[in-house]
Amino acid sequence: MDNVKTTELDNVVIRFSGDSGDGMQLTGNLFSNLSAILGNEISTFPDYPSEIRAPQGTLGGVSGFQVHIGSGKIYTPGDDPDVLVVMNPAALKVNADSLKKNSVLIFDVDAFIKAGFEKAGFKTENPFEELGISDTVQLIPVPLSSLTQSSLKDFGFENKTVLRSKNMFSLGLVCWLFNRPIEQAIHFLENKFGKKPDLLHANVKVLTDGYNYGNNLHLSVSTYLVEKSHETPKGKYTIINGNKATSWGLIAAAKKAGLQLFLGSYPITPASDIMQELAARKDMGVKVMQAEDEIAGITSAIGASFAGSLAATSTSGPGLALKSEAIGLAVMAELPLVIIDVMRGGPSTGLPTKTEQTDLLQAMYGRNGESPAVVMAAGSPDDCFHYAFMASKIALEHMTPVILLTDSFISNGTSLWKLPLLAELPEIKPNFAHENIENFNVLSRDPDTKVRYWSIPGIEGFSHRNGGLEKDYFTGSISTDPLNHQKMVDTRQEKINNISNQLPDLKIEGDPNADLLVIGWGSTHGHLISAIDILNKNSNNKVALAHFNYINPLPKNTAQIIQKYKKVVVCELNSGQFASILRSKISGVEFLQFNKVEGQPFTVTELENHITLLLK
Amino acid sequence: MDSLTSQIKQYTPKDFKSDQYVRWCPGCGDYAVLNSLQKVMADLGVAPQDTVVISGIGCSSRLPYYTSSYGFHTIHGRGAAIATGVKVANPKLTVWQVTGDGDCLAIGGNHFIHSVRRNVDINVLIFNNQIYGLTKGQYSPTTKKGYITKSSPFGTVERPFRPAELTMGARGTFFGRLLDVDLKTAQMTMLAAANHKGASIVECLVNCVIFNDGAHAWIAEKETRADRIIVLEHGKRMIFGKDNNKGLILSGFNLKVVNIGENGITEDDILIHDAKCTDTTMHMKLALMEGPEMPIAMGVIRDVEDETYDDAVESQIEQVKAKSKVKTFDDLIATLEQWEI
Repeated sequence: MDNVKTTELDNVVIRFSGDSGDGMQLTGNLFSNLSAILGNEISTFPDYPSEIRAPQGTLGGVSGFQVHIGSGKIYTPGDDPDVLVVMNPAALKVNADSLKKNSVLIFDVDAFIKAGFEKAGFKTENPFEELGISDTVQLIPVPLSSLTQSSLKDFGFENKTVLRSKNMFSLGLVCWLFNRPIEQAIHFLENKFGKKPDLLHANVKVLTDGYNYGNNLHLSVSTYLVEKSHETPKGKYTIINGNKATSWGLIAAAKKAGLQLFLGSYPITPASDIMQELAARKDMGVKVMQAEDEIAGITSAIGASFAGSLAATSTSGPGLALKSEAIGLAVMAELPLVIIDVMRGGPSTGLPTKTEQTDLLQAMYGRNGESPAVVMAAGSPDDCFHYAFMASKIALEHMTPVILLTDSFISNGTSLWKLPLLAELPEIKPNFAHENIENFNVLSRDPDTKVRYWSIPGIEGFSHRNGGLEKDYFTGSISTDPLNHQKMVDTRQEKINNISNQLPDLKIEGDPNADLLVIGWGSTHGHLISAIDILNKNSNNKVALAHFNYINPLPKNTAQIIQKYKKVVVCELNSGQFASILRSKISGVEFLQFNKVEGQPFTVTELENHITLLLK
Repeated sequence: MDSLTSQIKQYTPKDFKSDQYVRWCPGCGDYAVLNSLQKVMADLGVAPQDTVVISGIGCSSRLPYYTSSYGFHTIHGRGAAIATGVKVANPKLTVWQVTGDGDCLAIGGNHFIHSVRRNVDINVLIFNNQIYGLTKGQYSPTTKKGYITKSSPFGTVERPFRPAELTMGARGTFFGRLLDVDLKTAQMTMLAAANHKGASIVECLVNCVIFNDGAHAWIAEKETRADRIIVLEHGKRMIFGKDNNKGLILSGFNLKVVNIGENGITEDDILIHDAKCTDTTMHMKLALMEGPEMPIAMGVIRDVEDETYDDAVESQIEQVKAKSKVKTFDDLIATLEQWEI
């Protein structure tokens, strides 16, 4: 041990990559949890293939998991890995473009054989030379498969079962490389395999052998130490992904409002996890209906809302398109409804497992008629809890559909989450009908906020007929009167506009005295603030960030803030959708754009580079 | 707010009439069904505030405006899904869904079969006039083949749906049929539908005086109706006719009309209707009878028991809750792997 050098790092990016059956997600998750428990900030991102089980060893079957750990604030899963673990040549090939100079490459020598090279499309038997990385990357060859086999030789398992544990060997090795005590990893395994003692015993054995292998090998590379973060506020934490955080945000809102939670939904990548999570939460009284299609998903939710539940539907872009008409009904009937759109690559089926922010205009305007709805977006995996909660609060208190945009990147990615207490969350007070309303009818509304009163079947004295036809402002009866229609259109818009009175002001991050303002929204927050923090470390640079979570309505001070800056650039993962919204609402500002539609998040590096150009 | 306020109280049809002016065309069959429905609602004894009427789009879907219960006139074809949401959210409510042959079987076909498959406890009235009325006269999925409409100027070339077949194909537990002008049978059938736990499908044969007048004329004429329909009642012999002298027997695998008193046929030879039989074979045969050889079956054709979706959803939640230690949101948070920073 003594002769092994230890290098201290502020942050490091590790990527595990292998066949989809190699257990890379589990390995990555365990390592992330381990790091978080030791006090690191973390952010992770899994990268699944869209095929469920592509042929073994092929490029299409490569599954990856990246984790970024640090001793300071960590906002993103990182761009390119400092340490890459690959289980076969295909995984090497898939990740070849992202290998940085001096990065560490751990690979399973046993899989680096002729058959593997051929499947991965290598032309020679030296893939490192073929990729031109043999001198730039630190190679750590480890016979993962055979060492796992010898580790488990006395267990009497089938070879197939044995090899499934080789991810534990790599985890053990990485634990050694990063000076992680393996006791905690063993504790995790006990939780996971507690009911299967054979498997637990085997995995612990392989994990320990992997750790000791590193310890005894006196590898020429140094080990690393990433100290615990001192920037994380004190408290109890866990690691959570965006879809789970969204689901729990809805549950918390229902509890806070004293309502039953109903979700109507239809399976769609990458949103299905929300339905699955909520279907598992019967202990919380959640009613989940897996509908026959996207339309029934939302319309059953509208029915539940009419009947007095906190109702939600979860989907992705193609599903949101199918739900358009029903969202219009919720606008017209002025019913509370939360619509979660976990955005993916489009148009049409597009890139189902990849990430984009291309549904913004669909969420804003994708309906017939003048049909204003609230649109908001979460900024990080843990943020999804807060914004799902707030989406529910706004829907219930303002009697409107609310579209919450998340995306594939934050829905599957994880971050640290400071655990909430229900008592500490904001109150939710649905705008229920009450006995003091004079001449109650379906359209009776609060005179100040214009919010319609919610009267629920089963309660005497509030029977009413709601519907999608235009209604008379005063009586609630069907009306085709021209002036009344204008009044109703204006009222529905005013109701949404009034919500801005409850929204937090737009805040500036980075350097508020900058000339250059970067604007972003939703899940790009981590990449944008990381790039801006790095740039602002150079005293010649001054960059400000205005990041939006509320898009319709916008925070009240939006124009006032943006108009202060000389140069404004809107960065988003689409062709300029938010920029066009801002142009339509804020005058006197030239909105520059930086866009990418590759199905991938921004990288911090490309943002740094582009913003640097704008600073010149 | 109080919970459900249903009490034992006598209601009259007037208690279920709203103050809205009914705007169907004069002579439309929908008026009769509305009146029958309001009578049935009163007979049921469920308070107006515990009754919800959901509809989609079309002439019949205007009906919720004319009842004084809670009502929701929604969007085209989606009534079944919305009614399902209402019933699952609050199973204590009595939920009626009013729909038409276009709303239910064309644009809403998917929701229809799935609400039937799930056996959600709603009462579905399909106003079948075999035409699109509100859009002014296009053919519908139940329009007879060859019929000339605005969108089929040379006659339709499509084969129509038969709602009974769809219902039973989707594993329906209740199917009934009524005719707008036959108030007695209509009320009896709707009441049975309301009392059935599960998705109760009632095909209401209604006349569109404007675009498809006389679609059901063969059975609508009062003088000849008794010989052309058979009103089915569970446990009773399948006897019909003005003189109660006709009946149905099995001849091989098929139903056959016989005259009691002829060829040695007595009442004892006539089949007894078993609406509670889970097997659909006989129900299907009865539902698909067509004139002029056979009478059209009216009343309750199928009425079998099975678990309802809304009950199953609730009871599963209760079972899980009873076993779970997680009672509150804070308990839920406590289940997470967590650590202090």
